[in-house]
Amino acid sequence: MTEFSSPGEVADALKSADYLPDDRISQVVFLAERLDKPVLVEGPAGVGKTELAKALAEIHGRRLIRLQCYEGLDESKALYEWNYRKQLLRLQADEGADWSTVEDDIFSEGFLLERPLLEALRSPEPVVLLIDEVDRVEIETEALLLEVLADFQASIPELGTVVAISRPLVILTSNNTRDLSDALKRRCLFLHIGYPDVTREREILLTRVPGLPEQLAHQIAGVVRHIRSQPLRKSPSVSESIDWARTLLALGIEEVDEGVTTDTLHVLLKYQADIDKMAAELSGPR
Amino acid sequence: MISILTGFVTELRAVGIPVSMVEAIDAAGAIEYVPLADRQALRHSLAACLVKNAHHMEAFDAAFDVFFSPQPPLVEAADEGAEESEGAGGGSGVGDVHLESLIAGLMGALAAADYATLQVIARQAVGLFAGIQPGRPVGGRYYVYRVLSRLGADTLPDRLMEGHDDASGLERTLLTDEYRARIARFEAMVEDEIRRRLVADRGREAVAKTTRRQLLEDIDLAHAPRAEIARMERVIQPLARKLAARLAHRRRHLRKGRLDIRKTVRHSLSTGGLLADPQFKAPRVAKPDIVLLCDISGSVATFAHFTMQLMYAMSSQFSRVRAFAFIDGVDEVTGYFAPGVDFHDSIERISREAAVVHFDGHSDYGNVFEQFIERYAGAITPRTSVIVTGDGRNNYRPAQRELLAAIARSARAVYWLNPEPVRFWDTGDSVMREYAPSCDGVFEVRTLRQLEAFVEELAMAAATHKTTVKVSF
Repeated sequence: MTEFSSPGEVADALKSADYLPDDRISQVVFLAERLDKPVLVEGPAGVGKTELAKALAEIHGRRLIRLQCYEGLDESKALYEWNYRKQLLRLQADEGADWSTVEDDIFSEGFLLERPLLEALRSPEPVVLLIDEVDRVEIETEALLLEVLADFQASIPELGTVVAISRPLVILTSNNTRDLSDALKRRCLFLHIGYPDVTREREILLTRVPGLPEQLAHQIAGVVRHIRSQPLRKSPSVSESIDWARTLLALGIEEVDEGVTTDTLHVLLKYQADIDKMAAELSGPR
Repeated sequence: MISILTGFVTELRAVGIPVSMVEAIDAAGAIEYVPLADRQALRHSLAACLVKNAHHMEAFDAAFDVFFSPQPPLVEAADEGAEESEGAGGGSGVGDVHLESLIAGLMGALAAADYATLQVIARQAVGLFAGIQPGRPVGGRYYVYRVLSRLGADTLPDRLMEGHDDASGLERTLLTDEYRARIARFEAMVEDEIRRRLVADRGREAVAKTTRRQLLEDIDLAHAPRAEIARMERVIQPLARKLAARLAHRRRHLRKGRLDIRKTVRHSLSTGGLLADPQFKAPRVAKPDIVLLCDISGSVATFAHFTMQLMYAMSSQFSRVRAFAFIDGVDEVTGYFAPGVDFHDSIERISREAAVVHFDGHSDYGNVFEQFIERYAGAITPRTSVIVTGDGRNNYRPAQRELLAAIARSARAVYWLNPEPVRFWDTGDSVMREYAPSCDGVFEVRTLRQLEAFVEELAMAAATHKTTVKVSF
């Protein structure tokens, strides 16, 4: 694995993977690799939390293993499961054999189904493990992650403790729909990604939307900042401002004015009340 | 370095940010990888280790700025002395000349986004106008205000826009935004400079105490400044969402429903008819029917707004929410809230259209209860929980406690939330003593944290079919 000697190098590498980090992001990523700690990334939807993990996998040339969390996720979906059908077949084929040999046999590697967490631990090459939207699992299931996050190991009753062969780089993301347990937070470095400032947003737009004129990118970033400063139900995220830039580009628009903005507001805002409010704000007397 | 770090961690804990031992050790480990001269790198690293909640970041930043503010080099200190004596001894004449040229320089630097020059101007302005008195235990805000008002910071955006009269509509808006952002950066520089001088004068711990930023959930709702209220309003929705998630989780762990015989018999087929695995019906979740009765006069209005906002954000947790606003008359305001309607618009409509003033616009609880019973008695059923919010200050009018008692008799429960500290109850014209016996619970609720705790217990009490609500803050 490539070792970075400074946050600046992290930033350059991420940029080469088309991810534009700010100082905070590259600093925390650098620190996480040095301290061997998972990073808990929090922030509004669409600011590039998942993208960060993907970019990290790319710059390290590692495989990305993703555990998408959802309500009802359990051990058998996250860590491991015994291949029940295969075990049954084995038992039927071995009918009459001595139980102790069969038992050893059916609880062995060949009958184990790896799920993302175990897969990440047992991968011979280091991987990037992305635990996406961790706030969606129940508090009880969170406990499942603790052992993996703190010691990079997992306990399977029949096999004993599986210790990571290579240290995975772990990224957890959360949309903050509920408070995560203190135990989980304590084991992670915390990184809050907010909306970017105008300069960074412009650069993101230019990187992500090929062919976008610089002047237009500048205007888009300005308008989006203005919209975010308004009290709305949902502010436009970075992914929405990228969508907007693509829309404007596709429409062949070279300059943003009130009319264009009002007509295309539905790309940026997802609530009718917000759209009406912004439309009124833009056309109102200043 | 370690001693500064422990002091810093102590300060964070004093503000209310929970920092565990492990996290402090992580921070100490992280420092090894950070060049100490790089303040921003240090800030990000410590924040990543010590702060695990985005809402605590501002309090962290305030403490960080004090504890890790750069120390002034010696040469500069002598320089400052000269500036200050000049400002004080030379009278206002010298100051004015300075002021003119300084503002001109400031405008130029702002227009050109020249942050290096802005930094120099910030330092000079602080030296000239802050008038920092050594040893005086005041917060930095006071000095910041002095400097900025001398520089006429309020008028800066308009003056900067003067050169752009030809700019139209949207272009103008965007330019104003940009200038505002630059001015905000300049203000932060001024603040930084003042903090640096204060720390040099009084030491870190003392300054930290006066510049402490309270956590949002601990801010007194009745006395919060406007800016803080705006920030609190932004956290209401996420707070309600989290609260709902927590309630759903707690309800799942309540007792199971009744035995489901049909399901149990069907399951028994797999065990050859043996009823081995009893199945239960999902428990019926009792959701309370809420009537909010909010005093929206002067000092308690903010609190009423927050209560209404939180209750509406949580409305999926209740079977029905009806809201009534009052001062000395009462009017139903339920219709003013609807999904998708901006909360501020609703509040504005209430103050404009609702008939909450009956006589002179001073709270009169007795009259309000009388009117309420007269007009809206039908709103209260034996399943209704009534929540009254107000300070119980009745302006020496008859309390008419029997009316609240009558309401309490026909309702499931009556709770009273008072935004005043308990020690002020029953002082002056407060008549809490009169009303308390009719209520199933009387609570001091001054912060978001307390409000959240109350709403959670209220919903849980309904789910467990109790009328007593116990809230431990």
